[in-house]
Amino acid sequence: MIHPMLGEAWLAMGANRLRTALTMLGMVIGVGAVVIMLAIGQGAQYAVQQTISTMGANLFIVLSGSFTTSGVRSGSGGGPTLSVADAEAIAELDGVVNVAPTHQGTRQLVYGAQNWSSQVIGTTPAYLDARAWSVVNGGAFGDSDVRSATRVALIGKTVAENLFGDEDPVGKTLRIQQSPFVVVGVLGAKGQNLDGRDQDDSVIIPLSTAQRKVFGTPFLGSVRMIMVQADSADNMERVMDATTALLRQRHRLRDDMPDDFFMRNLSAAAESEAATTRTMSVLLGAIASISLLVGGIGIMNIMLVSVTERTREIGIRMAIGARRKDILSQFLLESVMISFAGCLLGLLLGVGIALAINALTGMVVVISGSAALLAFAVAAGVGIFFGWYPARKAARLDPIEALRYQ
Amino acid sequence: MAGDVIRVLGLGKSYPTAAGEFPALRGVDLAIAAGEYIAIMGPSGSGKSTFMNLLGCLDTPSVGEYFLAGENVATLDKDALAVLRNRTLGFVFQGFNLLPRMSLQDNVALPLVYAGVDKATRRARARALLERVGLGQYAESLPNRISGGQQQRVAIARALVNAPRLILADEPTGNLDSHTSEEIMRLFGELNGDGITIVLVTHEPDIAAHAKRQVRFLDGRIVSDHLTGAGA
Repeated sequence: MIHPMLGEAWLAMGANRLRTALTMLGMVIGVGAVVIMLAIGQGAQYAVQQTISTMGANLFIVLSGSFTTSGVRSGSGGGPTLSVADAEAIAELDGVVNVAPTHQGTRQLVYGAQNWSSQVIGTTPAYLDARAWSVVNGGAFGDSDVRSATRVALIGKTVAENLFGDEDPVGKTLRIQQSPFVVVGVLGAKGQNLDGRDQDDSVIIPLSTAQRKVFGTPFLGSVRMIMVQADSADNMERVMDATTALLRQRHRLRDDMPDDFFMRNLSAAAESEAATTRTMSVLLGAIASISLLVGGIGIMNIMLVSVTERTREIGIRMAIGARRKDILSQFLLESVMISFAGCLLGLLLGVGIALAINALTGMVVVISGSAALLAFAVAAGVGIFFGWYPARKAARLDPIEALRYQ
Repeated sequence: MAGDVIRVLGLGKSYPTAAGEFPALRGVDLAIAAGEYIAIMGPSGSGKSTFMNLLGCLDTPSVGEYFLAGENVATLDKDALAVLRNRTLGFVFQGFNLLPRMSLQDNVALPLVYAGVDKATRRARARALLERVGLGQYAESLPNRISGGQQQRVAIARALVNAPRLILADEPTGNLDSHTSEEIMRLFGELNGDGITIVLVTHEPDIAAHAKRQVRFLDGRIVSDHLTGAGA
């Protein structure tokens, strides 16, 4: 029953091609907007997840603050206001999972005849946990290495490639600032961070070794930065407040004195970028729904015209034995086919524009099968919803009056 | 009589107008036996078209009873009437009423689509009937490629495709010249010879003369009913 009707619906669509095409336009734009919306929205979600998964989730950093000497103020990180003891105290707070005091800077690395400038991070093993950074070859150093300031290093993928080439770096000795370090492990690849810096171009060494052999430090035990990981996104604010209170108390700051440290919520930076993109996709969603609505009304309008134009045909069909449901499904099928065809074109248009956005702006877009399915479901829904009234009108025609219609 | 294809008792139909109910048909009794060839005549406004619509199950009577092939039509709903039209009746209209976008073969096969017949059977039956009316070579053509007389033959093929017991023809020659009309009437004569009951509405006496029985309507009533002796 459905099969011969498909052919008839196709014939009816083809009988007035321009009209059919114009009717589809609303659907094409609506579905196109849905596809772009989902591509951008899911792309933003994906990008944030990527960033968080390489950066580590629920992180904030505490930077040592400025100090003022004779009216001259240093910038952030200028003064040795944070200490390893501060880090240990923060670790005792509720909701804190990992705390890693770090000291980092750029240094020249030498291995054999090769040399390479890279970021050297002096920290504790908690840093790897906080950033969810795995060691793919060899092993990490432990807290005992930090305590005894051993000269061991974990190197990133970029460093391994540039210094060691095809050699296995584990067990080899490289030099940082003339000091020899034994490579104990190679870190897993992370890619770029939010600022676009290559995170794999890093060397991680124990904090104590870094302070003594690489950077030097005004007071032993002082650090430039402490990375803190909270146990959940909901707890972030509470943990940050508790950290502030704790540090003010430890640094003996009176109520009228400003903080001598800075805090930055790393996860929030990534989230806010995602929020901007999401706003855009909500806007597109609004355009999409309006367009689908207008497109649906367009289909209803054309189907009503079509029913009127074909009143006589409907009468003939009824005379030779079409039941009401035969007429109903014929017209319903036609409106659904128009909206499906519009949906297909809209899908192509949407995917094309999403790819163009990706190519032109570098914005991450994700085109998923579920988006296409959603678009088709919406198209079928619009076709049935807006086709129902005209189809019912056709099915309820009186056969005699329909036959007499000129 | 059990063999009656059509039996109407006290059939009446009124239409609401601005001046009140207008009785188009005022109590008609008629029985048509299987195999009859009957012409219904009368001037316009005599109620013959209203009567045809009731016979064709396109309309329902205001009063009276109508038995089609033994079935009381008043008890059937719209969809059941559609099925009855599809299985029992074949319509031939004055204006041919072919669907313009479909090939002749698809036009002829259309009642079979609504009867739920499979595609191969539909094609075969439609093709056979087009051959029967002498238009097999035009099976794939559209209706506007052939003449009026040919279109009416296609319409007759469509009326025959579901092997009906009864053909209702409403002014089938009204749009045709006299020569073509003769061809169409010859075709009806052959079908009646095959045992199909034919009810023909016309206002032309020479067309009605082909029928074996003539019933004349005036002001919503039957005023005469007699055998013509044609084809006897």
